[in-house]
Amino acid sequence: MSILVNKNTRVVVQGITGKEGSFHATQCKAYGTKVVAGVTPGKAGQEVEGIPVFNTVRDAVKKTECDTSLIFVPPPFAADAILEAADAGITLIICITEGIPVNDMVRAKRALRGRDTRLIGPNCPGVITADECKIGIMPGFIHKKGRVGVVSRSGTLTYEAVNQLTNLGLGETTCVGIGGDPVNGTNFVDVLALFEKDPETEAIVMIGEIGGDAEEKAADFIKQHVRKPVVSFIAGITAPPGRRMGHAGAIISGGKGTASEKMKTLEAAGVRVCKNPAEIGATVQAALGL
Amino acid sequence: MNIHEFQAKSLFAQFGVPVPRGKEIKNPKAAAKWAAQLNSPVYVVKAQIHAGGRGKAGGVKITKNQAEVPGLAQELIGKKLVTHQTGPKGRKVRRLLIEEGAGIAKELYLSLLVDRDSGWPVFIASTEGGMEIEEVAAHTPEKIIKELIDPAVGFQGYNGRNIAFGIGLNSMEPAVLNPFVQMLGNLYRLFMDKNAAMVEINPLVITTDKKLIALDGKVSFDDNGLFKHADVQAMRDLHEEEPLEIEATANNLNYVKLDGNIGCMVNGAGLAMATMDVIKLAGSEPANFLDVGGGATKETVAAGFRILLKDKNVKGIFINIFGGIVRCERIAHGVIEAAKEVQIDVPLVVRLQGTNAEEGRKLLKESGLKLDVANDLWEAALKIVAMTGKARKKRAAAGEAGH
Repeated sequence: MSILVNKNTRVVVQGITGKEGSFHATQCKAYGTKVVAGVTPGKAGQEVEGIPVFNTVRDAVKKTECDTSLIFVPPPFAADAILEAADAGITLIICITEGIPVNDMVRAKRALRGRDTRLIGPNCPGVITADECKIGIMPGFIHKKGRVGVVSRSGTLTYEAVNQLTNLGLGETTCVGIGGDPVNGTNFVDVLALFEKDPETEAIVMIGEIGGDAEEKAADFIKQHVRKPVVSFIAGITAPPGRRMGHAGAIISGGKGTASEKMKTLEAAGVRVCKNPAEIGATVQAALGL
Repeated sequence: MNIHEFQAKSLFAQFGVPVPRGKEIKNPKAAAKWAAQLNSPVYVVKAQIHAGGRGKAGGVKITKNQAEVPGLAQELIGKKLVTHQTGPKGRKVRRLLIEEGAGIAKELYLSLLVDRDSGWPVFIASTEGGMEIEEVAAHTPEKIIKELIDPAVGFQGYNGRNIAFGIGLNSMEPAVLNPFVQMLGNLYRLFMDKNAAMVEINPLVITTDKKLIALDGKVSFDDNGLFKHADVQAMRDLHEEEPLEIEATANNLNYVKLDGNIGCMVNGAGLAMATMDVIKLAGSEPANFLDVGGGATKETVAAGFRILLKDKNVKGIFINIFGGIVRCERIAHGVIEAAKEVQIDVPLVVRLQGTNAEEGRKLLKESGLKLDVANDLWEAALKIVAMTGKARKKRAAAGEAGH
């Protein structure tokens, strides 16, 4: 078992003929993911590494029965692409695009409400179920099937944690990047709930950062509903207030959203908080009594 | 992106939000001319810098005497204003806003931003105008009203009434009830149409003649939405930004200057923050945040070096790369090439991990460059902190010997 995606997931890549889209579609396919379709308006009939391209997501769904979309569409058009996928009946949308205007996401998120569609991201590395399927831009080879679920607001910092887990022989079930934007589709709480229910996931790594209160909400949820050990690292203890640290959502505003506040709240909820990101793997190992 | 108060107020006026009559002024002569034209019982001369706390720092002058206006302008132009938001170095005043004064009966607080939890825009209002909202939230949270706006239908009259009655506006001054609701609708339009990140009016005043007026105004914009608005981009004031940050942006790098001694260059924002944190944990302080992005090349690494070395506080450099899609041996080539172009005279530790890391480390070791190579994050952090400490001591000793 795993969460969200597995070897049967059928993927359509929106923006597949672009530089990023074609490169990563090829990489995902090479990992074993069933990439069954691509979409670029006006390019129907072409192929990318044997993957058929359609004009619309609706056509792609009709012809290939894809159920999950991976989006590489440029920022001005990405919210449109998200809504197109939802309207075509796609149930899981993973949006990699960084730089989407917040107001576009405000409207798109509102439009998804009440629908049977989950959005992951935007501005995220994607989702991978180790040794089954990779739907995103993460390096596949550092992942190994195992027992730890990973959820994170970051990209390369997640790879850092995954690498430690793999090197220690713990391995991963599914790794979910929820993205670094202030308005996103899926939050820590949603993913924690899925990991808690997944029989193969024995421990959870949650990587947060400054800004917003998603980590505080997660702490509250963990306290009440999560029985599996949770290990966390929060980036940005040295970040100054009022400055955006790369990610659009990584900003301490009005004294809220500091790393130390988040760590304190998580610790109070029984989460094992690492001060040093180099110790994430070892902390999980200890939490599992290995 | 932030803009000045006078720019925020011109946007307010454009969207039907009432503001005092005022104008941007750059010298005392223009001040005299504008004051004569304004011909008001009270004149307010306000320093324009991108930082709050101007009033307390002496950046706002009030006079009833028109003849005094040029003198006050003279006093403020070119002055370094130090507020709690500028840091000890302060900010040089280059422009003023000179406007008419208002008879204040009551001060309110109003702002609009996106609530991250729901993903909906939210109005925040309070009767405690003129105070910092964080203070109000901490001490008298019951005085703050929040109203979420459904983005599917936009601002509705009932949203405005919830806020107005919520802060007791009708008992304060019933005559402003309808104008207040209308003004909120206009602010919402401004917020959505211009891709604002935050709009704040503090204080919003009810005047003695029962009118609403935005006495101060602050607007910041979502950088991701700027491409839609040439008029907003034209309001950028580069004087208000850190020169190294401007250079970084021009090179597609994400850089934030800090006050420590160890410059860091990292791929990815989360790992960049974590690297700063590790430097602190190892006993030193980071000099900056620098994300070279997923596609780090020789050019971006070279630009990164140049920016880091321009910061005189930097006594050592830590490069931390987790090669995912970017292969480490290419990063290593980039570092070697860049190091040839840029004179690096401080200790350098390069930590490579991920795709082809071993190959990359080997290239660096065989390059003949004066640098240390590491594969573990913690080990690398300890190394650069130790080396920087030594370099500092050595330099200090050399300095002493020279005297």
